[in-house]
Amino acid sequence: MTGPSRRVGTPLFLERGVYRRRRLIDAAKLLPFLAMALFLIPAWLSSGNDGAPGQTSAHLIYFFAAWLLLIAVALWLSHALHRSEGADTSEEDTPPVGPAE
Amino acid sequence: MVTFNFLVLTALAYVALLFVVAFWADARASRGGARWLRSPLTYTLSLSVYCTAWTFYGAVGNAARSGLEYLTIYLGPTLVFLGWWWILRKLVRIGRARRITSIADLISSRYGKSSALAVLVTLLALAGTTPYIALQLQSVTLSFAVFANASADAGVARWDQSDLQTTAFWVASGLALFTILFGTRNLDTNERHHGVVTAIALEAVVKLVALLAVGVFVVWGVSGGIGDTLQIIAASPVAEWQPQPSRWIGMTFLSAAAIICLPRMFQVMVVEYSDERHLSAASWAFPLYLLAMSLFVLPIAVVGLAVLPDGANPDLFVLTLPLELDQEGLAVLAFLGGFSSATSMVIVAAIALSTMISNHIVVPLWLSSRPKGATVSGDLRQVVITSRRLAIIGILGLGYIYFRVTGGSNALSAIGLVSFAGVAQVLPALLGALFWRGATRAGAMAGLCAGFALWSITLALPAVGLFGPDTLQDGLFGTSLLRPQALFGVSSLDPLVHSILWSISVNTVLFLLVSLMTFPSPMERLQGVSFVNAFDGTDAQRGWVSGTVESEDLLVMTQRLLGARQAQALFQHEAARQGKPDGLPDPTPAFVELLERELAGSVGAATAHAMIGQINGDAVISVDDLLAVADESAQMLEHSSQLEAKSEELQQTARQLRLANEKLTALSVQKDAFLSQVSHELRTPMTSIRSFSEFMMEDGMTPAERTRYSTIIHDESLRLTRLLDDLLDLSVLESGQGQLNEAWTNLRDLIDRAVASAGADGKLILKRDRSAEDLSLFTDPDRLVQVFINVITNAGKYCTAASPELAITARVSGTMIEIDFVDNGAGIPAAQQALIFEKFARLSDQAAAGSAGLGLAICREVMARLGGEITYLADQQGAGFRIQVPQRLGSVEKLRA
Repeated sequence: MTGPSRRVGTPLFLERGVYRRRRLIDAAKLLPFLAMALFLIPAWLSSGNDGAPGQTSAHLIYFFAAWLLLIAVALWLSHALHRSEGADTSEEDTPPVGPAE
Repeated sequence: MVTFNFLVLTALAYVALLFVVAFWADARASRGGARWLRSPLTYTLSLSVYCTAWTFYGAVGNAARSGLEYLTIYLGPTLVFLGWWWILRKLVRIGRARRITSIADLISSRYGKSSALAVLVTLLALAGTTPYIALQLQSVTLSFAVFANASADAGVARWDQSDLQTTAFWVASGLALFTILFGTRNLDTNERHHGVVTAIALEAVVKLVALLAVGVFVVWGVSGGIGDTLQIIAASPVAEWQPQPSRWIGMTFLSAAAIICLPRMFQVMVVEYSDERHLSAASWAFPLYLLAMSLFVLPIAVVGLAVLPDGANPDLFVLTLPLELDQEGLAVLAFLGGFSSATSMVIVAAIALSTMISNHIVVPLWLSSRPKGATVSGDLRQVVITSRRLAIIGILGLGYIYFRVTGGSNALSAIGLVSFAGVAQVLPALLGALFWRGATRAGAMAGLCAGFALWSITLALPAVGLFGPDTLQDGLFGTSLLRPQALFGVSSLDPLVHSILWSISVNTVLFLLVSLMTFPSPMERLQGVSFVNAFDGTDAQRGWVSGTVESEDLLVMTQRLLGARQAQALFQHEAARQGKPDGLPDPTPAFVELLERELAGSVGAATAHAMIGQINGDAVISVDDLLAVADESAQMLEHSSQLEAKSEELQQTARQLRLANEKLTALSVQKDAFLSQVSHELRTPMTSIRSFSEFMMEDGMTPAERTRYSTIIHDESLRLTRLLDDLLDLSVLESGQGQLNEAWTNLRDLIDRAVASAGADGKLILKRDRSAEDLSLFTDPDRLVQVFINVITNAGKYCTAASPELAITARVSGTMIEIDFVDNGAGIPAAQQALIFEKFARLSDQAAAGSAGLGLAICREVMARLGGEITYLADQQGAGFRIQVPQRLGSVEKLRA
């Protein structure tokens, strides 16, 4: 094998637009993990074993605020990804290893 | 007061509106217009089939019982959609590229088109969906009952169980009708239903508006604002939130798994899908929709708990609260919201399930029950459509039966979660299909079966009430380790979490283990590559550089195209060249290119490139398509060779016809010639007879003259008679009539007779080997003697030697006897040898011959009748004839027949 193959004509560094798009994709991939943290951790914190029970109304506000925040981020990401669509023709999940970061 | 009849009319009007919208959308779509029908908005709204009557009514009930827990049902899907780049994007891409028709189709085609897996997933989906449909029927009937009982206060009898069942029956029938009308109107290859999707989108708006309206009324109309509502929450029975983390996580996981695995979600998310960009919009819009749907759930629940009398069913607060507060318009709107939630779920689920049932169970059965090769494509369409219609009726019928059997239990959300946990069993196999090339069919089978079984034992069967309290207490078969809700002593968990934990983890572990231990078929490996690498190589058209291509895959495909021996020889040669004489060659770029060229020779360059590209993970043609292409080209080759054979046959026929025509023409010429020859032959003796008889009629004839003339006349008439006899003989022989008188005889005797009759003893010196002639044969002796006489007479007549000799030799050759008659004369000139057997073919002076010239022609016919032949021996010194005659007449003819 010749190692991770670099496609003919791929430059060593990506141009700015493509770079931005790659980072947007990274953000889109990270978003669900942020969401998991926001949605699941309070269940531990409020579980009755070692602390006082949580207040339903406060958590209600918390959950909807977090939810709205995540939706806003997703909205922004969706639009930004849509705008940058022409920048990178490669729709690969993982960009070629090695060059172009 | 809203009367019950008014409500029924409203519901009917609403359904009529759905019909109109669906019909209109179908019509627009078939004209190719109305792009907004396929907009991100419609897509997002159609995703709302996730929110069923269970979420519409049941979420409030859940909130009234356990506070914030209802949120998990919405948070799970939110997680999945926020993380769309991971799973949904790939699912949708694969679904579109491979024209996947259902989740069963996806699983089965990833694992090598396994029909067993497809059936298993279909059954699982059916088992998971039936209670859910029952749930929808239940909520609609309960909401009808609420109004009926409200008007009961005005003197009408309250509803009992049979009224509920009747309502459920009519609702189920109406839904079946709608689904059949719009779900099976046409058989689209993409399984898309524009009318249904648009109607679903409308329903999404209706249920959202209804729930928001009730919520706004409760928060601002009843409680007096957000702050007051929060205070009411703080004062309610659910004021404190003390979740079990395991249940919280378990339910979030369950709803996240469900939105990927539910057949109806797969239908709207992947199958009805038209543009990949819609998904990116839905990644925020669908969570927003879910947020809006859940926003007022808790306020409605706590206000309901505060306002409504104790014992009121919290599952119906959305409806009973406005009624209680005399907001009848709002109540009707809420009723419509619940109605639309239920109907949209049932319609889409029935479409999805009927597709699965007809594609994976009915059609395969139907095809296998038919004689091979007898299918017409029109047949199949009818079968598919009919089976789908029957399946829809069956599915709704099952839901109705389930509803009647369980008697409409009160906790709506319990049934919903059981359903979710059932379909979530598909998740390990599904994720493995998308992300792990090593996942095998056996692994998926094992995981699914184990998960299905554990889910049934730990959750589904107890929920249906199939296990008595004894079984739950003492375990299956009295074994305490097998207590359905506390397997192997795990008793600290909530039954739902317990079931999820056991079923999903055993499912996953078995799936992984069995996959690791088994070896996938080539088809599975091909599909695995193309599923897992669904996004690879959209820009890799410059050569085969990526290392994903596998030698086995290439070999399989090459064998299909070139034939096993040639493909293996090619691979062995390459392996030897690479210095690996025992194994398969590495798929180096050079080798792949070589292979592509080889394949291009048999299927054409474009196809070869596409096929290699496919195995390389570059193109989005399915392996099935490829195999179809390969089969097709094989068929085409066969077809063209058939055509070749046919045209060859035609040419042969034409040649035969030409030959026949030539023969006929020649025969006609021959006949004319024959007639003129016959008349000529008849004319010569007739002329002399006439003239000599005229002489004799004159006076003054001497007796000597008279005698001479009458002798001439006599001779000439003898000659005429002979000629006519010969002609007659010949025509009898040629027409194949005339009897043969076969007998056992001896060749020497026959030749003796012939020599004697020919009177050749004086003129010819005969050279014979009489002992060699001592052969017995079964034939017609008279006819054979006739031939011999003819040949010997000819030798006597035409031999030009000073002392004519005739050598007669006889021998056995196989089953034939050969007799050669060779004289010592000059022979026959080569140019005329071909003519001697023709009629009237006299070579020399006619008078000298004194015969009609039919002798050899007759001989040839006689020999043909006797099963032998007479030929002229060209390489002898003098004239030579060879007569071949079978030793036993009849045996040769039998052989020839």
